[in-house]
Amino acid sequence: MSTHASSHEDAFEAHHGHSHGHGAGHGTLKSYVTGFILSVLLTAIPFWLVMADVLESAILTAAIIMALGAIQIVVHMIFFLHMNTRSEGGWTMMALIFTIVLVAIALSGSLWVMHHLNTNMMPMSPEMMKNMP
Amino acid sequence: MNEFHSSDALHEGKAPAFYLKEEHHPEGSTMLGFWLYLMSDCLIFAVLFATHAVLGRNYAAGPSPADLFDLPLIALNTSMLLFSSITYGFAMLEMEKGRLRATLAWMAVTALFGIVFVGLELYEFAHLIHEGAGPQRSAFLSSFFTLVGTHGLHVSSGIIWMFVLMAQVAKHGLIAENKRRLMCLSMFWHFLDVVWIGVFSFVYLMGVLR
Repeated sequence: MSTHASSHEDAFEAHHGHSHGHGAGHGTLKSYVTGFILSVLLTAIPFWLVMADVLESAILTAAIIMALGAIQIVVHMIFFLHMNTRSEGGWTMMALIFTIVLVAIALSGSLWVMHHLNTNMMPMSPEMMKNMP
Repeated sequence: MNEFHSSDALHEGKAPAFYLKEEHHPEGSTMLGFWLYLMSDCLIFAVLFATHAVLGRNYAAGPSPADLFDLPLIALNTSMLLFSSITYGFAMLEMEKGRLRATLAWMAVTALFGIVFVGLELYEFAHLIHEGAGPQRSAFLSSFFTLVGTHGLHVSSGIIWMFVLMAQVAKHGLIAENKRRLMCLSMFWHFLDVVWIGVFSFVYLMGVLR
């Protein structure tokens, strides 16, 4: 990107040729359709599991829902958002990894702290519950 | 000295040299900058998800997710957003080929799916509030309305952006600036779909399950 071509069209092309800019412009029909079919499957399975009440165990169903959700997020990242380790010199991937770390800390930290608060609360008798504000 | 120079330039009808006629936009950094914005948006949603994870079972003796959520409606809603993702993908493919009318048509289809999505969500919200399950009913419903409402607002902004961009593409054609804008909107739109995966998995399906 050191040379600025005179016309915008050239600048645009140069940018694309050089830095492999991140963006949806690099998708092909095949990648979009593959991503779409995978997404439909990964959406339909958890809805079917819950709506048809397929599995006895709620914990197992929950685990499958979260796992399929995580897989679908990865599918969207690859086929729709065209994430890879090369775009923008790897900085988009770095930003994504940093965000995932922050999200993991925020989510697990909140749940952990609030769970401890709940379990360490003074046990309440029905009398106290009745007189609560 | 400087004054003399600038007035001299004005007399000759030329702008001083330090005014660039065309705003020079460094093309390379826009996508990365927009990606960083999306990541910060992701943090907003993460905090709202964490809030819902903590408060999601505090019903205050009110209705639970199993009483409230209409899963067939949510499935329909999800499919609308999924269809809009693939149609925006088609718009991007037509943009690559330089077909103006086809790009505009696919954008219009995408906006239509988006509008149906927001409409269904507003219908759901109105139904919940009508049943007395508004955001003030319990901590669960407060966090639910905040999280899902924030996503709905994002989709609504995306639809407005879509229409603005359609007008710009129709007026100026598929120039480099418009292509850049189309790519930013593409990332925004697909990102909202990614957030919705979290919403329907974690809020709706897990909510009904427990």
